[in-house]
This record gives sequence, C-alpha cells and structure tokens, in this order.
Amino acid sequence: MTNPTRIEVCADKSCENWNVAREIELTDAEVADLEVQAAQAQADRIAREAEEQALAALKASARAKLIAGQPLTEEEAATIVL
Amino acid sequence: MASTYELIASVTVGAGGASSIDFTSIPTTYTDLVVKLNLRNTATGSPRGWAFVRLNNDSSAIYDERMVYTTNGTSAASASNSNGTEISWNPVVGASATSNTFSNNLIYIPNYTGSSNKSFSIDAVTENNATEVALVMNACIWRSTSAINRITITGASSSTLAEYSTGYLYGIKNS
Repeated sequence: MTNPTRIEVCADKSCENWNVAREIELTDAEVADLEVQAAQAQADRIAREAEEQALAALKASARAKLIAGQPLTEEEAATIVL
Repeated sequence: MASTYELIASVTVGAGGASSIDFTSIPTTYTDLVVKLNLRNTATGSPRGWAFVRLNNDSSAIYDERMVYTTNGTSAASASNSNGTEISWNPVVGASATSNTFSNNLIYIPNYTGSSNKSFSIDAVTENNATEVALVMNACIWRSTSAINRITITGASSSTLAEYSTGYLYGIKNS
C-alpha cells in the first residue's frame, strides 16, 4: 500500500525543476506526523465548537431575558456589545 | 520598470489529490511573500476543513495564532492557540460543501528573510451555498529567526487536497 503524496514545487529559478510540480510519496514518519496533527486539530476543533455553542446559548438566554424583563446573569450580560 | 510583485511558483493539484502543497527553495531576493490558495479537501462529513501551515518544515511547538472568525455568518468569535506545531486555523472547503467550490486563502509574510521572529497573517473564507461557512482572520507567528525557505500547506484530518486546488507563491520587493 502506497503512502499519500505531496506536491513539491521548487521556487528557486536556478533549480533544474523550477516551478515543476513533483509528486513525492510521504515517508511513514511523515504519515505518522500527519495523523498526530490531525488528532490534535480535531481535539482543538471540538473544544472551539463547544465554546461557540456555549456562547450562542448564553446570547439566546440573554436576549430572551431582556425581552421578558428578567435580570441577566453576569455571563449573559457580558455577551451584550455596547 | 522592474517588477515588484512577481509570481515565483504555482501548482494545481491533479487527479488523485495531494496531502500537501510544498513550496521549497524559496529565494531570499524578495522582501515579503504572498501565498494565494484556492483549496478544497476530500474529507466527507463537513462543508469545511482545515489546512495546516508550516514554515521550513519546522514541527517545533513555536507557532502561535490569534484569530477572529465566524462559521455561520451570523456571529463572530475569537480564539487563540499557543505553542502549536503548525498553524491550524486556515479553513478550506470540505467535501460536503457545494460542488466545485474552493476556499480563498491569502497568507502574507512580511520580511521573511529578517532576523526577527516571523509574524504573518492569514485571511481566508470558504464558499458554500448553505449556512455553514468559515471566515477567518488569523494573526500568526513562527517564533524562529531563520529566513523562510519553505512553506508547506497540508490537509488536516488525514484528508487530501482535492483536484483543481491551487497554490501561487508571489514575491514582493520593496524597490
């Protein structure tokens, strides 16, 4: 089974392969590194999305309370831009 | 009149895709660098994905990023990452997005040969005929004093960059 490939382009005009795209198979170490990157990125994204959802919920709650004339918590008040 | 904004190298991903686009042997004859990308990845299940950015193939934990972003077009948020092994907030269009759409990404790297840490910016937006899109403005830094000679854009989550994704590397001279 072959590894994924990357496209390498030499940006040096004095290079024999200047601006020629070459497909180079990744080494096993590079593939392993990609998988580590992917796992960390996925964890970061999950954390970010959870933060986004929490913020959206706070904003919705703040809006509903404002309309109903109810007091806001400090967290809800902090979502309001003045 | 001498050219002050010059295309150095370009690439279009062919059939079968690629895990990354890798500009190597970048000459030191310019002042700033600009990378323009139009990207789509093959990872299913989401209309947006991400493409990591590494400089000089350096995987040390010396990348920081501070970003303002939206993923739905109605609310904005901010976030930050410190001590990363790459820059990760660089959005691309995912396989579940509207067909034949690609992200627009601009990476601006001033003073890439200077002896200070390398700060740069990413300005990126994805395309999708639906509510979920991504718009990211990202202030980045690679805490290295080395001149930049290589820029690697890698599809995240083991996805590949799809056919017809493109990358263009430009050099800007200050005279």
